[in-house]
Amino acid sequence: MSREHTDTNDTTSDTGTPVADGSGAPANPLDVLETESDVDTSFGTTQKMKKYLRIYLWEPWQVMRRDWRALVGISILSSYIIIGILGWLFLEPTRMGDGPNQLPWFRSLAHPLGTNLYGVDLMRETIHAIPMILKMMFAGGVFTIIMGTVIGTVAGYKGGTVDKVLSTITDVFINIPGLPLVIVLAVVFTPESAYALGILLTIEYWAGLARAVRSQVLQIRYDEYTEASRTIGLPTGTILLKDVIPHLAPYITIRFVSAMRTVLFSAVGLYFIGVLPEGDTNWGIMLSNAYNNGAMYRPQLLHWILIPSIAIVALSIGMILLSQSLDRVFNPRVREKHKKDDEELLEEEEDVGGKGLTLG
Amino acid sequence: MNWYLQRTIQMLLTVYVVITLTFVLTRMLPGSAIGVLRARLEDETDMSSAEVEAAIQQFINIHPDDPIHIAYRDYMLATLQGDLGQSIWYGRSVNEIVAEAIPWTLFIVSWSLFIGFFVGIILGSLMAYYEGGKIDVGLTTYGMVAGSIPYYIFAVFLLIFLSYRTGIFPTSGRVGNVEHGFNLAFMGSVIHHAALPTISMILAGSIASLSMRGNSIRVLGSDYLRVARLRGLSNNTIISQYVLRNAVLPMYTSFMIKIGQMFGGVIILEMIFGYHGMGWFMVESVDTRDYPLMMGCFMVITIAVVIALFLADLTYPKIDPRVTTENEEL
Repeated sequence: MSREHTDTNDTTSDTGTPVADGSGAPANPLDVLETESDVDTSFGTTQKMKKYLRIYLWEPWQVMRRDWRALVGISILSSYIIIGILGWLFLEPTRMGDGPNQLPWFRSLAHPLGTNLYGVDLMRETIHAIPMILKMMFAGGVFTIIMGTVIGTVAGYKGGTVDKVLSTITDVFINIPGLPLVIVLAVVFTPESAYALGILLTIEYWAGLARAVRSQVLQIRYDEYTEASRTIGLPTGTILLKDVIPHLAPYITIRFVSAMRTVLFSAVGLYFIGVLPEGDTNWGIMLSNAYNNGAMYRPQLLHWILIPSIAIVALSIGMILLSQSLDRVFNPRVREKHKKDDEELLEEEEDVGGKGLTLG
Repeated sequence: MNWYLQRTIQMLLTVYVVITLTFVLTRMLPGSAIGVLRARLEDETDMSSAEVEAAIQQFINIHPDDPIHIAYRDYMLATLQGDLGQSIWYGRSVNEIVAEAIPWTLFIVSWSLFIGFFVGIILGSLMAYYEGGKIDVGLTTYGMVAGSIPYYIFAVFLLIFLSYRTGIFPTSGRVGNVEHGFNLAFMGSVIHHAALPTISMILAGSIASLSMRGNSIRVLGSDYLRVARLRGLSNNTIISQYVLRNAVLPMYTSFMIKIGQMFGGVIILEMIFGYHGMGWFMVESVDTRDYPLMMGCFMVITIAVVIALFLADLTYPKIDPRVTTENEEL
C-alpha cells in the first residue's frame, strides 16, 4: 500500500520536473490565468491530464480493485464487450433452418445452446444481439449524463428565470412516466438505429440527474473556490467545467451506469411486447418469438426463453455490481484515506508549479 | 401553504403539457393515420365527404384540415371535457374503454406498491437486525439478484411454472367465468387472476429492502438511539418511534420513483398475462393502429401517475415535517 503511494509520488514529481524546466512558462503569473481559459500551454495540459487521470482513474481503481463487486461487474461487462466484438467479427449470423428444429441445449457441438422451433442457432442469435444492445445502452447513458449535467448545472448556476424555466421542464419530465411516453414516441418516430433507440428510451430519465445536479450546484456555487474564479473574471463556462462539474462526477458516473441498465430493461421489455420497430434480432425479440410460439407451455422449448433471460440478467447483475461499487468509490469514508495522499500530491504539484513560474 | 400552491400549479402544468404533447403527436402520426382512416371510411361506407370529415373529427378529436391553432383549441376543449375520441378498432368511445379498464390497472399497481413496500421494510429491518449474520448475507444476495432480474422475466417464469405447468394460477385474463358483482366467487377470482402480475412486481422490487437495510443500520448506529436507551425507553417504543420511523422516511423518495415505474411496468405485465387493463389496451391499439385509443390510454396513464405523485407529495409533509422546508429550498 505505502509502496504504491510512494511510487505514484515519484511519478508525479517526475512529470512535474520537466515543467519546472519547461521553457514555455509565462513570465507573469497572471498570464496563466488569462491564457488558461482559451489556449492551454502544452505542459499545462499534460499536467492537468495527469491530475485528472489520477483522480478519475487511478484513485477509483485503487478502491475498486479491493472490491469484489467492482471486479465481477467489470469482468461481466468486458466479457460481453469481447464476446460481442468477437461474435460480430468471426461468427456467422444464423438463419432459419441452420440446424434441426427444437434442439435442446448442450446436446450438439454444432449448436451448443440448441435451436428454436425453426432451427435458428440460439447461441449465435444471442451473441449477435450484443453489439446492438451495448450501443443502445451506451447511447442512452451518454444522452442521460449530457442532458442531466448541462440542464442541472445551468439551472443551478444561472438561477433566476433560467433556473425557473429549466426546473419546471425538469419537474414535468420527472412526473411523466417514461415507458408509456416511449411507446407513443416509438410509434410516431419508429427509430431504427440503436443509438436513436437508446436516446428515445432515456427521453425522460435525465430529469432525475438534472435535479440532483442542480441542488449540488446550488451548494458549490457559493463555495470559496468558485467565488474566487468568479472574482478573477473567468467565463461562466470555464467555471462550470473546471470547478463545478468535477464535483458532480460521483452522481454522473453512477447515473450513467443506471441509465444503461434502464435502457437494457426497457428495450428488452418493449421488444418483448412488440412495440419497438423490429430490426435485427435481439434478446427482446427472441423472448417475444418464444412467447408467441408456445415456448411457455412446451417444455422442450424452455431453453428458448431461458437463454435470452440469462443474457439479460447476467448483464444486469454486472451493471448493478458496478454501480454499487462505484457508490463505494465515491463514498467519502472510503475516499478519506486516498484524499490525504491526494492533498500531499496537490501541494507538491503547486510547489513545483510555483517554482516553474518564478524561474520563468 | 405556498408550497402546496406551487405543487398544484406544477401538477396542472404537467397535465397541460401532456395533453399538448398528445395533440402534437396525434398530428405527427406515421403513415398519415388520418388519411388511412379517411380512405377506409370513404370505401367502406357511403358517407358524403362532409360526413367523413365529421366522423374523423369524432375519432381523433381533431379536424385535420383546420389551421393548427383552431385544431389545438378544439382538441384541448374536447379533452378537458373528458372526450378522448372514438376507438377505430372497437367502435366505442375511448372514454368507455378507459373507464372500464382503469380500475383493473389501479388494482394491480396499488397492491404491488403496498405489499412490495411492506415486504421491503420487513426484510430490510430483519437484515439490519441480524447484520452480518446468515440471514443478512442470504437476503442481501437475494435482494441484489432479484433486483437484477426484470419484472417481466419473473412474470414469464411464474407463468410457466405456476400456470402452464401446474395450473395453480390462471394463464391469462382479469377474472374467471363467474357472475360479476359483489360476491365472494367474483372477488376470489379477481385476486386469483391478479396474483401473478402482482407477485412479479413485488419480487422484482426486492431491492427496496436493501435501501431499508442501509437506513436501519445507519439509524441503529446513531447517537439519539443511545440516548433513548439511556432514558430507559422500552424496546418497542425505540423500535417503532425511533428506528422504524427514521429508517422508513428516506425510502419515500424511492417510493415516488416506483409509482411512475409501476404504471409503466404494468403495460408490459398486462401484455404478458393478457390482463385487460390500460396497458393491454394501449399496446393492442399500437398493433391495430388504433391511434385514438393509444393516445387516450397514454394520456390517462400519465395523468394517473401525475395525480398519484401529487397525492403522495401532499401527504408526505404530514408524515415527515422536515420535508416542507426541504422542498422550499430545492
